[in-house]
Amino acid sequence: MAAISSDNQGLRLATRYVVLTLIALIFIFPLVFMVMSSFKPDLQLLRDTSSIRAFLPVGDISLNNYTAAFERAPVGLFVFNSVLVTGVTVLLSLLLCSMAGFSFVFLQWKGRNILLSIIIATLIVPFETIAIPLLLLVSKLPWIGLEGFSVGWLNSYRVQIIPWIADGLTIFLFVQYFKDLPRDLIEASRVEGASWWQIYIKVVMPLSGPVVATAAILKFLVMYNQYLWPLIVVQEETYRPVMVGLQYFFQLNTAWGEIMAYLTMITVPVLAFYLVLQRAFIASIASTGVKG
Amino acid sequence: MASKLTTSNRAGWAFAFPGFGLLAMFIVVPFFFAFYLSLTNQRLISPNPTEFVGLDNYRSLLSISVLSIEPEVDDAGAVVRNEDGNPKYPRVRTFTRNNPEYPQYAGMREWFRWHSGDTAKVVVATDVVFWKSLRNTLMFVLVVAPVQGAIALGLALLINQRLRAINIYRAIYFMPVVVSIVVVSLLWRFLYAEEGLLNSILGALSFGMFEGRDWLGDPDTALGAIKAMSIWQAVGFHMVIWLSGLQTISPTLYEASSIEGASKWQTFRYVTWPGLRNTAVLVLIVITMQAFALFAQIDVMTNGGPLDSTTTVVFQAVERGYGKQDISGGSAISVVLFLIVLTISLIQRYLTREK
Repeated sequence: MAAISSDNQGLRLATRYVVLTLIALIFIFPLVFMVMSSFKPDLQLLRDTSSIRAFLPVGDISLNNYTAAFERAPVGLFVFNSVLVTGVTVLLSLLLCSMAGFSFVFLQWKGRNILLSIIIATLIVPFETIAIPLLLLVSKLPWIGLEGFSVGWLNSYRVQIIPWIADGLTIFLFVQYFKDLPRDLIEASRVEGASWWQIYIKVVMPLSGPVVATAAILKFLVMYNQYLWPLIVVQEETYRPVMVGLQYFFQLNTAWGEIMAYLTMITVPVLAFYLVLQRAFIASIASTGVKG
Repeated sequence: MASKLTTSNRAGWAFAFPGFGLLAMFIVVPFFFAFYLSLTNQRLISPNPTEFVGLDNYRSLLSISVLSIEPEVDDAGAVVRNEDGNPKYPRVRTFTRNNPEYPQYAGMREWFRWHSGDTAKVVVATDVVFWKSLRNTLMFVLVVAPVQGAIALGLALLINQRLRAINIYRAIYFMPVVVSIVVVSLLWRFLYAEEGLLNSILGALSFGMFEGRDWLGDPDTALGAIKAMSIWQAVGFHMVIWLSGLQTISPTLYEASSIEGASKWQTFRYVTWPGLRNTAVLVLIVITMQAFALFAQIDVMTNGGPLDSTTTVVFQAVERGYGKQDISGGSAISVVLFLIVLTISLIQRYLTREK
């Protein structure tokens, strides 16, 4: 009897793993196909779709698609633009949103509650519903730069960065996290005569690793994957980010091998980053849910 | 408990203002701006001054009506029929173009029709494409929200087992979430092509019985194909939210139900599901809001076609506001979209409220 039941258990365990693995294949096959195809010439790529070869690095493997992709479009520039816009926005967002959260939780001041309710209310406004009026707004905004005074933010880095720095979710995440920090610590530092800025920098932020990671990851994903906004505010190649840069590959003729090479280049670094910080990524998504 | 130590209007505003100011300028102002602009004839670039036009934009967007058309009759009063025996109807344009007897239908076009007896009921609208985009978006939400929510819950239950290496599976299921929807859409455009991967796989699985089809080129399958892909991409996101909900349920409840000898279904029905109430509301609202915002997939895969079968509300807003530089028209669509999203999330909140 004992032997039979343990056999049964082994079988059930095996079934579970088979089910889990089959589902995993559904989620992973397009990505494997993308990477493998990026090394194949177009003719072979199309021929291989009819067999398991589509997912294997077989046949005429080379880096030709990558070289061709760089010749077809200024890939390096697009990547640079995306990294710059994403990096600057994430840093400024962490700074300004954590400062706002700090103020809402630890300081008492007039207007605090109203401002916080406005911020929470923005959570139900999808960006897509303000994109068009925002387009008009940024096209009229003034700017003083090195070249002097100008009107209109279209075709610039600032139009991709500044509107995205502050958002309700990031401020909300900081507010929620700060609420759980011990208040005595802050009041004690106050008694010792520390300024608010010192408390923010030296007491609160050093304790805020987890929420900083969460906010940074969420903002990173939003910014790097931007599409709609840069599509409508950036027409010049000089400032174009990676996702909008894709349109180059569909002009004249569709070269699937080159497209796969480009997709691989802009996706694999993010995937690698994700796999290394897998726990933090998943925790950050989960935290948008738990306290909401 | 306003302690003296923590009261400071100056410091409070100084810390909150940079973040709040940007948020007010780039989220709150454009939000109200949308309402204002939708009442004008504002264009992105125009030599003429902007004029206030009242509700004209909404009128041309939303005007819809049903036109009853009687079949044509011959001199004897009998209905004229064609070879198939179907009644012959006067053309819709005879009612909607320059017909002083029917001013209310002026400029409208046919959306669809049905028959009641010999009378044809024709639904006519001023902006047929917008109504199609509204229908497509609602169909998308109605399918994607429950299906994606349910699959995500299934995956979360599957991943919530104590098994060796389960974290690897969780990481893989979540993987498409970190990939840009633009990249995913392009990739699936290839999978869905007539000579693409999906047709080969289906062909192989059915031993050649399945004949390939052009999934995105056929009005009957295009939106369905986009729904399937969108679910594939985002389901991991909601799996993680369900998972965090599952982990808040106390293990003692499960122990109790196993002592009582409850079946797996009973345990789910009476322990797991009630514990997931708040998570369910959240998942439903988040999916609905994401689904209403459907844009990138359409822009990359179909451009709204074929025959407007995949055009969506956001796609129309962008097409007008940016493509045609008609800021006021695009803003009116944005306002309609916002009101729909707001109504639906209020209804969801009401239906799933604590009893």
